[in-house]
Amino acid sequence: MKLKEIARLLDAKVVCGEQNLDREITHVFASDLMSDVLTVNTANLILLTGLTNIQTIRTSEMSDVTNIVLVRKKVASAEMISLAEENGIVMMECSYSMFKSCGLLYNAGLSPVY
Amino acid sequence: MNFVYSVEGGNFTQAGTASSQFKKVLKQLNVDHSTIKRIVVALYEAEVNIVAHAWAGTITIDLNLEKVRILLTDKGPGIPDINKAMEAGFSTASPKVREMGFGAGMGLQNIKNNVDVLNIRSEVGKGTELEMEVYLNAKDKA
Repeated sequence: MKLKEIARLLDAKVVCGEQNLDREITHVFASDLMSDVLTVNTANLILLTGLTNIQTIRTSEMSDVTNIVLVRKKVASAEMISLAEENGIVMMECSYSMFKSCGLLYNAGLSPVY
Repeated sequence: MNFVYSVEGGNFTQAGTASSQFKKVLKQLNVDHSTIKRIVVALYEAEVNIVAHAWAGTITIDLNLEKVRILLTDKGPGIPDINKAMEAGFSTASPKVREMGFGAGMGLQNIKNNVDVLNIRSEVGKGTELEMEVYLNAKDKA
């Protein structure tokens, strides 16, 4: 499933990386715990998180995660957007809860990491 | 090649800067992708540990064709019981650290899982020294 289809499904607003919305996604990981994110080693992944600070982006950079959805109406800071852009990360903001977002993506056929 | 980075305790805005800079170096040197990831995940967890627990720290990296050796030394409270600190789920992190998405007692385990050599020395009230090595041609670690 392409990122742009995920954005549509989650009614999400793309805040950076619009030029990369054709990326193909196969797996979803959902966590607010960055040490969990650092254990993930899966390509074509999108991260769903409600943690909105600069470490969300740093962790993604270290973990080679290049696609992020901020759930629960969380808003990305200018600093987060700037660092995300620097690292080629596509970031979206979504008003749905983590549960609903995961449910929609699971129903649409995306796979879990574990 | 040698690299030295300073880490400021408590400054979460800057946490990960050193790891980010060193990742760029490894990419420029065309180090294997999965090896880069192992190195930077371990380095980043260790850098966050300094920010989270210590007052100041220094990261010294020695990189050659065979391996990368990273030494992280900090001035801080030290670790009273290293075996306890290595246990999954054990953490003394502050609420501030947890707000940043860390402090779940996974950091040292994440480090251990990604490196080939890990040594921790600590003195209570003085600081901690974490030494780790990753072999650049090792194929046996994920």
